[in-house]
Amino acid sequence: MFNTSLGIDDLIFLAQGAGMTILVTAIAVAIGTVLGIAFGIFRYQAGPVLAAPVTFVLDLFRSIPLLIQLVLANAFIGTVLRLKMSGFTVACAVLSLYTAAYCAEIVRGGIQAVPSNTRRAARSLGMSWFQDMTHIVLPLATRIALPSWIGLALGVMKDSALVYVVQVTELLKSTQILITRLQEPLFLLLICGAFYFIISFPIARFGGYLEKRWSND
Amino acid sequence: MIEIEKVRKSFGQLEVLKGIDLTVKNGEVVTIIGGSGSGKSTLLTCINGLEPIDSGSIKVDGQDVHDKRTNLNKLREKIGIVFQQWNAFPHLTVLENVTLAPRKVLKMSKAEAEEIAVRQLRHVGLGEKLSTYPGRLSGGQQQRMAIARALAMSPEYMLFDEVTSALDPQLVGEVLDTLRMLASEGMTMICVTHEMKFAREVSDRVAFFHKGVMAEIAPPEELFGAPKTAELQQFLAATH
Amino acid sequence: MFHYTFHWNQAFQKLPQMLDGALVTVEIALASMVLGIVFAVLLTGARLSGWRTLSALATGWVEIARNTPALFQIYMAHFGLGSFGIHLSPFTSLLIGITFNNAGYLAENFRGALKAIPETQTRAGRSLGMTGVQAFGWIVLPQMLRISFLPMTNQMVWAVLMTSLGVTVGMNTDLYGVTQALNAISFRTFELFAIAAAIFYAITKIITFGARLLAARLFRY
Repeated sequence: MFNTSLGIDDLIFLAQGAGMTILVTAIAVAIGTVLGIAFGIFRYQAGPVLAAPVTFVLDLFRSIPLLIQLVLANAFIGTVLRLKMSGFTVACAVLSLYTAAYCAEIVRGGIQAVPSNTRRAARSLGMSWFQDMTHIVLPLATRIALPSWIGLALGVMKDSALVYVVQVTELLKSTQILITRLQEPLFLLLICGAFYFIISFPIARFGGYLEKRWSND
Repeated sequence: MIEIEKVRKSFGQLEVLKGIDLTVKNGEVVTIIGGSGSGKSTLLTCINGLEPIDSGSIKVDGQDVHDKRTNLNKLREKIGIVFQQWNAFPHLTVLENVTLAPRKVLKMSKAEAEEIAVRQLRHVGLGEKLSTYPGRLSGGQQQRMAIARALAMSPEYMLFDEVTSALDPQLVGEVLDTLRMLASEGMTMICVTHEMKFAREVSDRVAFFHKGVMAEIAPPEELFGAPKTAELQQFLAATH
Repeated sequence: MFHYTFHWNQAFQKLPQMLDGALVTVEIALASMVLGIVFAVLLTGARLSGWRTLSALATGWVEIARNTPALFQIYMAHFGLGSFGIHLSPFTSLLIGITFNNAGYLAENFRGALKAIPETQTRAGRSLGMTGVQAFGWIVLPQMLRISFLPMTNQMVWAVLMTSLGVTVGMNTDLYGVTQALNAISFRTFELFAIAAAIFYAITKIITFGARLLAARLFRY
């Protein structure tokens, strides 16, 4: 296993893949979180009937394999609309909406978990809906939702392994390319897995720690 | 007969039982009173072997509870215990709570176990609640169910560990009435309790525990009427 | 509006083949779930066993399952084991990958659920003369399964979605694999995958709805 023909160039190639994984994840999580907060507040505020169309669409993103979402978006943009759009853009767009769909659930859950008495107290002090939201509800909801949000961000990183299907060479795809060339699957996969693990594990532990600490008080 | 001899028990540095001697004869009702941390609840869990002891011995019908060769599961079939927290099984109905152990431990048929369970549940006044889940019952009702659950194993001895301490004041009476009924039926009982009036009424003997030692034991008239030790005098003064 | 002409008819003619694929998808998901639960129970037991090596191995499984992509886990089953001369069929690799993933997530969940059940429940069972195994089986386990029921439903949905990854190791009999194969002949990519998406959506809805019915029957307390 240590007689590897893996060269410096190959390592750089892998690192580029890892960089792509992080880039796609960062973009998707950033856009997805903003959208998710908006959708989450809307779903909570509008009530089940008014929010039904949004709820339905968001649910689609959670009920259809991400692979199919990517293929469909790519086919729709490329062959139906005949727009020139890079695989990278498609990947970021789909992954952002995918993130938003899960994030909206987390946000809604967080807001629902804020005791209504606390909100009533805020409103009875003369705060407006907006003030109540920004000063009371969202800070409290953030505390409740943050551990789940961390889990989501890590989930998106792992799921970003699927964007290979729209020709984005992220970490797992670059690993696969090297496997085909070097024929050392186990060694290369272990490097790849270690990369995901090293990023994911400490952050997941930190999320678990926050959850434990905050649920105790 | 339960024979407790020179029982010592520590939790880490803290010695909670410092050499307890107590013999309870069949048909006898012994209540144990004392301040918190006096070791009285620990003694009960040692009697049915839920807690190991450090030294001394506890014999039930001549069988050593803490001997490794003793089949504790078998022994526990004849010693029922009810705790302060009633520990209802939330996923089972009242009837299922009571039939579970007879069916699984005593290998009774369902019909047989249900017949006994219904009888015991009627006995404690829960005949109307058979298919209710414990979550819908009051604390007092859940505690009576726990008593019926223990009785369904047809135990020869019953241990009650502060069974009314976690109850709202208005629910204490119904549970104590159940214990009085059992006592009048001749069940051998050891009750740890804070209810002095109850202890005075039902007990053949009352034991006063203080800091891990059984400071006094006597029939209720004697113990309450003429307390010998300063500790008991203080304790009784404080509880009135 | 579109210059593109949809050929839905052509795609819908393939529906029977796709439904056959859907059946395989559900089979794999179900099998991986049943196996996943069994392994999750074993892993939970191992982690609580107090036997250090065993517990470390189990924890390793759980953490790898939760901290690497599912696709990576399937690759490991297929190409990784291949390096040891163990060559598995795409079906087996996929099943192993998803099962590994399911077991890891469920084990973590079971551990949390067990923490939520008070020690006194076991104690109450033991004081009625039950053995440790009896008390666990009749008192703790049913309560644990209730707490874990919703997460298990979610995991089942995940398992269905994860079957789509089988195509990467050459799986071509599941819903995604069949759709991909049909696409390679007809090139009606959008239509075919839209139908596949609808079938996946229907499967997940049936699962969540069925789970809700089941929960209402099982957990009346």
